[in-house]
Amino acid sequence: MWYFSDEEKQLKEVCKEFARKEIAPKAEHHDTEESFNIEAFKKMGELGVLGITADPEYGGAGMGCLAATLVMEEFGKACPGLTLSFLAHSILAVNNIQSNASAEQKAKYLPKLVTGEHIGCMGMSEPEYGSDAIGIQTRAKNNGDSYSINGTKMWITNAQYSDIAYVYTRTGDERKNLSTFILEKDKGHFDVGKPIHKMGMRASPTGELIFDNVKVPAENLIGKEGDSVYHMMKNLDIERLTISGISLGIAEACVEQCIKYANERKQFGKNIGEFQLIQKMIAEMATETEMMRNFLYNLCYRYDQGERGPVTAAMAKLQIPKMATKIALDAIQLHGGYGYSREFPVERLMRDNKLNEIGAGTNEVMIMIIAKNLLQEKAV
Amino acid sequence: MNDLQKELQTQLEKFRLKAIEPYAEGDDHEEKFRMEIFRELGNLGFCGMTISEDFGGAGLGYSDFCVVLKEIAKSSVAHAVTVSVSTMVQGIIEKFGNDDQKNKYLPELTSGAEIGAFCLSESGSGSDAKALKTTAKKTDGGYILNGSKMWITSGGIAKTYVVMARTGGEGAGGVSAFILQDDIEGLNFGKKEKKMGWKASPTREVLLQNCFVPTENMIGEEGQGFKVALGGLDAGRITIGAIAVGLSERALDESVKYSLGRSQFDQPIFNFQGLQFMMADMATELEASRVLVETAAKLLDEGQVNSKLCSMAKLKATDVAMKITTDAVQVHGGVGYTSEYPVERMMRDAKVLQIVEGTNQIQRVVIARHLKKEYQG
Repeated sequence: MWYFSDEEKQLKEVCKEFARKEIAPKAEHHDTEESFNIEAFKKMGELGVLGITADPEYGGAGMGCLAATLVMEEFGKACPGLTLSFLAHSILAVNNIQSNASAEQKAKYLPKLVTGEHIGCMGMSEPEYGSDAIGIQTRAKNNGDSYSINGTKMWITNAQYSDIAYVYTRTGDERKNLSTFILEKDKGHFDVGKPIHKMGMRASPTGELIFDNVKVPAENLIGKEGDSVYHMMKNLDIERLTISGISLGIAEACVEQCIKYANERKQFGKNIGEFQLIQKMIAEMATETEMMRNFLYNLCYRYDQGERGPVTAAMAKLQIPKMATKIALDAIQLHGGYGYSREFPVERLMRDNKLNEIGAGTNEVMIMIIAKNLLQEKAV
Repeated sequence: MNDLQKELQTQLEKFRLKAIEPYAEGDDHEEKFRMEIFRELGNLGFCGMTISEDFGGAGLGYSDFCVVLKEIAKSSVAHAVTVSVSTMVQGIIEKFGNDDQKNKYLPELTSGAEIGAFCLSESGSGSDAKALKTTAKKTDGGYILNGSKMWITSGGIAKTYVVMARTGGEGAGGVSAFILQDDIEGLNFGKKEKKMGWKASPTREVLLQNCFVPTENMIGEEGQGFKVALGGLDAGRITIGAIAVGLSERALDESVKYSLGRSQFDQPIFNFQGLQFMMADMATELEASRVLVETAAKLLDEGQVNSKLCSMAKLKATDVAMKITTDAVQVHGGVGYTSEYPVERMMRDAKVLQIVEGTNQIQRVVIARHLKKEYQG
């Protein structure tokens, strides 16, 4: 059963305070304007969370999955969009470099990413390859001491702001002949396409990475050719658990906001919280949130204890975002007309959360993974 | 559908694909209302369909009107709602107004030259409508209105407003209804509300500050205002249900087309049972809600008032629309979340259908009240 270390308890408190002061006040503004709160992002570097899982020797905090998830939860309560950008940087870019790159590569790239001097992203999806990620077609041609890369990456969180991109490419015709590179903006390794307008997560920039026959030194290859599938699989669990942390934060923020509103809003001469219909909604959403919290903390704790496996992480990623969408929709409903207006945060939280049912593997892909693993186990 | 309804649908489909669909995405983004679309709909005879021909209406029934609203909603829920609210206001004036009022206000609304708006909700009284606080004090030759009305659909772009205000004591019996036009002194508008969806349809606060309204502008008698307000309710619920059905139809259509065209793992994603089951459920739920809305409309046209069924139609059709549009985004995956495809807008538009014309919680209260009455008398 999970428990927090003193360090994790302290981290949660500090992040809560940071979110209240630096993130929450600007959340609505950045949603409306579709802009990125880069000031707050840079301050996360000072706070020490941008390299939450990176080794201390590169300036990281050297903490685990539970710690990273707590940050997602606290930031996610205030602004899921900015938190998604934080996740793309700290988990998709930094954590992947930390766990897959060589000591030289880590020493070269991590220190600036950890302080926030550099911003990172990861490039996997392409216009025609989303759920079918192993099918990607961005080509890296081996020229000996360098590679020529051609192709386009789609739906890349932080694309427009990234200095460093962690990118998967195809180096052979066999389906699993995929190789990973660290690409650098200031060396001209990638161009950025037009920004993508979205329903939610509007405070998180999304764009395309474009590779037009760019030449990249062979030293930027991570591991060896053909390692990508191994790289992808290795960190999928932590990615799915941490993104579920954002949905947990969203659900908690909705419950908190609903309780406050039900105690304040009067109709028919009494607080609406006195009506059983409203009580049912709040009781159910609070219960579901409590289940989500315990399920997620437990999986994160076990992950940090070395217990890994695709099934439980996919279960969390399937169920937690799905439940959070339901909770956020109910939160709007409970607020009535006000909930539909941008005066209250619940409609933004709902729009933001919908992404978590799609990004980092759709619900349908989670179902495939869970079923495939369970059925294979039985078959053996 | 009868021949007339089929013809209406064909005509409107052509029109919406040419004149509404191309602007739907941009106008959502810019939060822009196009009066020319409304006027064109008026020219085609769709802005006062259920109103008598004596006042420029088409003299048709709610079954026919629902066909029209469904079709408009496939491209723009915002425009469908503008038409539906304006028609509800006309229905109120036709049912409760005197001949002078009908002759004065109806023709420009039925023709679609102008828009009608309905002002009942206030910041403190939404579901609990009869607790409204806006006052109408009797004075020489009329009333002086003070207060503010919230979430007024078409606020600022409508010319004619039916306003509920308190002329007497507390409760429903103290409320009276008035017709106000936008040029009357003392009627002002708050800023345009920022909303999650329905963005092409402006929502504003209507502010009444020492607004003098002549006695001739009162609808019916003093104290009848709440009855007037409720008079449009059954029809209003059916029309919101019809809009929800149209929206659901489009969302399902987009989902099936996309999943047949999109390939992953070397085959159309439609081949996966996970998606087939989702769309089979969508189609079944859609069919059930369509039948419910059509039945409620048919009974209303036959003069059989069945408020329980109207509430059920609104509740079911809008809950289904929320589910179907949410699943439509899911079927589309990443592109469904972007504004490149219409489904994310449809999902945002669906949510408010569960809130307007009585929240779905209130519909449940109404249905339960009818059940109790059926059993206990």
